[in-house]
Amino acid sequence: MAKIDSAFFDINSLEVFARQGTPIHTIDPRAKAVTTFFFIITVVSFDKYEISGLLPFLVYPVLLAVIGNIPSDYLIKKIILVAPFAFFIGILNPFFDRAPMLDLGFMTISGGWISFLSILLRFILTVSAALILIATSGFREVCLALEKLKSPRIFSIQLLFLYRYLFVLINEARRLIRARQLRSFNGRGMGLTVAGSMIGHLLVRTLNRARRIHLAMMCRGFDGEIRILRTLRFTMRDACFILGWILIFLFLRFNNLPRMMGTLFTGHFS
Amino acid sequence: MHMADALLSPVVGGVMWAASAGTLVYCSKKITSAMDELKTPLMGVLGAFIFAAQMINFTIPGTGSSGHLGGGMILAILLGPNAAFLVMASILTVQALFFADGGLLALGCNMFNLGVFPCFIAYPLIYKTILGDSGDYKRITAASILSVITALQLGSLGVVMETSLSGITELPLSSFAFVMQPIHLAIGLIEGIVTAVVIQFIIKVEPDILNNYNLTAPSRHRSRKPLFISLLVVTLFTGGFLSWYASSNPDGLEWSITKVTGQEELHVVKNNRVHSFLSQIQEKIAFLPEYGFKNSGAEETAENRRTGTAISGILGGIITIALVFLAGFFLKKRTHTETS
Repeated sequence: MAKIDSAFFDINSLEVFARQGTPIHTIDPRAKAVTTFFFIITVVSFDKYEISGLLPFLVYPVLLAVIGNIPSDYLIKKIILVAPFAFFIGILNPFFDRAPMLDLGFMTISGGWISFLSILLRFILTVSAALILIATSGFREVCLALEKLKSPRIFSIQLLFLYRYLFVLINEARRLIRARQLRSFNGRGMGLTVAGSMIGHLLVRTLNRARRIHLAMMCRGFDGEIRILRTLRFTMRDACFILGWILIFLFLRFNNLPRMMGTLFTGHFS
Repeated sequence: MHMADALLSPVVGGVMWAASAGTLVYCSKKITSAMDELKTPLMGVLGAFIFAAQMINFTIPGTGSSGHLGGGMILAILLGPNAAFLVMASILTVQALFFADGGLLALGCNMFNLGVFPCFIAYPLIYKTILGDSGDYKRITAASILSVITALQLGSLGVVMETSLSGITELPLSSFAFVMQPIHLAIGLIEGIVTAVVIQFIIKVEPDILNNYNLTAPSRHRSRKPLFISLLVVTLFTGGFLSWYASSNPDGLEWSITKVTGQEELHVVKNNRVHSFLSQIQEKIAFLPEYGFKNSGAEETAENRRTGTAISGILGGIITIALVFLAGFFLKKRTHTETS
């Protein structure tokens, strides 16, 4: 629970980061969403043994995080927090793929280690790109962008509602949990039946809340249609942002920059 | 068991995205047409409820560890499949965006594994069938446990299939499934029991909730269209690609089979076949085909040349990282001095 608890505190900090006015923040969230998606697809389209070709892609998250003023220690902490799944599946690669792949002269590295490193690199790139998207835009704006990008309306409304009541219900759950902890000695009452009725109570309260929200909405003239105030404006600058990054990604996809640089250096020194 | 972007290939990710997006659009249409206004706040608040409910954990008897509610089946029971899928999809989106749990590309896979399976297979086919019209506690328990276990088994099988079809990991399909399925059997059992306890509590306290809030009208013939549509999309995509490849290039396939059967272990062979097969398909259809380096790698088979390119690759890689972070560092310094 401590983990979930701290994760929700992190939502707050993400929203705080999103309320800045850096050049990255002022770019239309649609532009950022499209660019992020293109970035992720380009990254995962690499061959599974690719490492050097993936490295230049670090430029996107690093640049955005720096200009967007997102603290790097926060990003790193987040990435490590969610790493286990990809890590534990990837770490098995070295055991199954033992074919020598890279000969450095003094040691040989198997294909499994290379593909494992590649998975980790992909993981860092994709996760940081998605986090930066939210941290430089805010949740509401991303929902608006989703709606503008033709996702079903009811889905973006659902997302907005979910997000709005997330904090309320989490605090409610936190109070329930604290009450149980205060009354529990030697782990009594921490079992399934108590937890089950707590969840049930939370659900009943939730439904009552939904009724009140509904009533309040009706009082304010709700007719089944939610109108979202649209404040997005797509400018030339946003188009340049998308186009520029896509060109960079394509260039990096088809040209292995590190290897070119490396040959340049080894060519000179050998 | 959220799927991660790092383990996905664009083809698998794209196909699953198409399938889930199709289901999402279908469910949205279905709900909007049958909408009474109470549903809008109710669905949103219930989505938030699942997050909050996951914080309430309990000790699992005999093990000392603790578990918590998963939520997919509760949503299906409370809201009916269409609305439940939508709520589940929104939960997964928030998880992907805020907690980086799963990823943007993997979102399609996760919606399919955790949304379509419980809402459109386990709930209508197992929960409804077992429960029938009765509100008997024992039946509710049996129906909840069995349906949750089925949903989780299918979901984890989905993760296994998506991972091995992507071919980023070397993990053989059989051993991956051998690890994943039993774990999710245990998780499913526990989650099924919690689901049953919660549903029984609701029946005891406010029995009308279950009848009033089921958003799909309780008709006898429940539509399984969304399931069929999404399954159809997946089959068409994979089937289309596979057959297209097989017909246009039969000897390429044979070649890869004979090539890999020369290797040591059987399960690795099986796996490699799937991988080489899929990666060749992927090369064909990927909109970013492999250029330059692959070709040059295939031509220069001499040992020293390979060592040479390897070393220059590593050296160049280190230089790149250094450059990127140096640039970031200086940029940061500059923005700091500007603002302060």
